[in-house]
Amino acid sequence: MKLAEVKEILDLEPLVPGNDDLEIVTACGADLMSDVLAFSQEKSLLLTGLTNPQVVRTAEMIDIKVIIFVRGKRPPEETVQLARKKGIYLYLAKKPLFECCGLLYEKGLKPEKINRLDLEE
Amino acid sequence: MKEQLILEKAIEKGDFNSGGEVSSKLKELLRKLGVRSEVIRKAAIVTYELEMNVIIHSEGGGIRVTIAPEGIILYVEDTGPGIPDLKKAFQPGYSTASDEVREMGFGAGMGLNNVKRYSDNLDIKTGPGEATRIRAVINLS
Repeated sequence: MKLAEVKEILDLEPLVPGNDDLEIVTACGADLMSDVLAFSQEKSLLLTGLTNPQVVRTAEMIDIKVIIFVRGKRPPEETVQLARKKGIYLYLAKKPLFECCGLLYEKGLKPEKINRLDLEE
Repeated sequence: MKEQLILEKAIEKGDFNSGGEVSSKLKELLRKLGVRSEVIRKAAIVTYELEMNVIIHSEGGGIRVTIAPEGIILYVEDTGPGIPDLKKAFQPGYSTASDEVREMGFGAGMGLNNVKRYSDNLDIKTGPGEATRIRAVINLS
């Protein structure tokens, strides 16, 4: 799925706009940063209700390219500035997390595969 | 090739704004050294979680990163107050973090589990009232 399609499905407002042709392969939705970090596979999109700069840091660590802040929560300026510096794209969605995830899933965007290590635990 | 220091930085207690700077810098360095992206990601996650732990839980400390034939080696040390029950600290969901920390999406009791998951070798020396010393290795291949 292209970023342009994600933008259309969720009616996103750009905060730090990215390239519409960017391919979004997998996504995850979480408000716990350690949950995001628990899966090391490269993913492209994070949906979250948190807006502090640590969200951008977390994305940076695992090469997430796009962050969508859900239910209209606008991030503070520090978060936007850090994202610009790190080349991470930010968008704002009015809908809540569950609905955003559901809409993208319905249109064919799938979660990443959970790696073997996690299944063993 | 013997063990070579590539990064060293002090970490201050409660300095949330700087949280992630060490791991960000390390990512950049490892990329320049031509390390595989999967290995970089593992090292970044381990460094980030440990860095946040020093900021959140300790009186302050520091981190040193070296590169050796064995892999990327992280040495994280603080000046206390130590982890009273290490077994508990490894229980998923167990946390002693404040509400302020939780509001940032941390302190959910998964940090050390992530550190263990992505380290190929992990050694923690700690105890009540003691400094905590951690050595984590991420293999290069």
